[in-house]
Amino acid sequence: MNNWVNFTKGFIKENPVFVLLLGMCPTLGTTTSAINGAGMGLATAFVLIMSNLVISSVKNFIPDKVRIPAFIVIIASFVTIVDLLMNAYLPALHEQLGLFIPLIVVNCIVLGRAESFASKNGVWASIVDGLGMGLGFTFALVLLGGAREILGSGSIFNYKFIGDNDGMLVFILAPGAFIALGYIIAIINKFKKA
Amino acid sequence: MEYFVIVIGAIFVNNILLAKFLGVCPFLGVSNKISTSVGMTGAVIFVMTIATIVTWLIYNYLLVPLDIKYLRTISFILVIAALVQMVEIILKKVSPSLYQALGVFLPLITTNCAVLGVALLVIDNNMNLMQSSVFAVANGVGFGLALIIFAGLREHLDLMNVPKGMKGIPAALVTAGILAMAFMGFTGMV
Repeated sequence: MNNWVNFTKGFIKENPVFVLLLGMCPTLGTTTSAINGAGMGLATAFVLIMSNLVISSVKNFIPDKVRIPAFIVIIASFVTIVDLLMNAYLPALHEQLGLFIPLIVVNCIVLGRAESFASKNGVWASIVDGLGMGLGFTFALVLLGGAREILGSGSIFNYKFIGDNDGMLVFILAPGAFIALGYIIAIINKFKKA
Repeated sequence: MEYFVIVIGAIFVNNILLAKFLGVCPFLGVSNKISTSVGMTGAVIFVMTIATIVTWLIYNYLLVPLDIKYLRTISFILVIAALVQMVEIILKKVSPSLYQALGVFLPLITTNCAVLGVALLVIDNNMNLMQSSVFAVANGVGFGLALIIFAGLREHLDLMNVPKGMKGIPAALVTAGILAMAFMGFTGMV
């Protein structure tokens, strides 16, 4: 029961993007399409789960004073692994996401969960928390990427439903990211209060 | 001329915040008041410049000769974390009021993707040391410019009567979108 709560809270109640407003940079920077959003979300989810796992298992050996640098080193190791793996097996996606893959290391969500959850809870609960938060983040990125892709290029998951050059280009460009995210959060706020 | 292009490109055309989306967390976090955003800008320019120079030296004189380029993410983030700690100690001593104002956001510069982002960008673009430092200062200024303009807009936005669901972050994000659109006017300048 408790694990179920840990798992589901990442989706709606404590969604890292829409509610906690963490990890804004990759959220805005990589969501030009639903696929890119999914790729970024899953890469982050992997790092989140693995770092939560390692941190929760070694937390008793790390002196309190150096815990943040220690967490950062653990996270950076997994980010390097993801970076190299994606470069080898998904070069096209890696090219698209570019700088944002190494920047997972400074994603506030990963360090935030390490500090506020994994350093205080057991291994199993931490994995579940990482899984929930990671999938919640992926869900948010796919939603935002999908909205921008539909409005901007008239397609969803690369499946086109209107003619070429008929989309609103601004949603693929930088301003559209801010505006689309602003309206999605506004809609969520509206439903939360009602 | 070459440096002029770097400076204009980094500040206006490819603004680090509004075109590259690096450093959006502090952008939304400390942009409530102009005074705090000025302090944040100073801290970011300072940390970004030193961090870029130090990481450039580490990359080119340590990681490349030893052929361990894949360790760049780990080594860069450690250097930046140490630098931020140093700035925090200095600021606490020199200007306690500014230290109070920036509070929680100073340690967060470590996780400010703009600092690590610029350090990685100069490596990816094969810049030399002089170009890298100019690029870092220009990006810091660009970050500050967008942050301070946005803080000014948000101070006014607080007094406006916006729809309930839009209050706070959503209205701020849409405003940022319009600001980004304004900055798109510089596209093609260099």
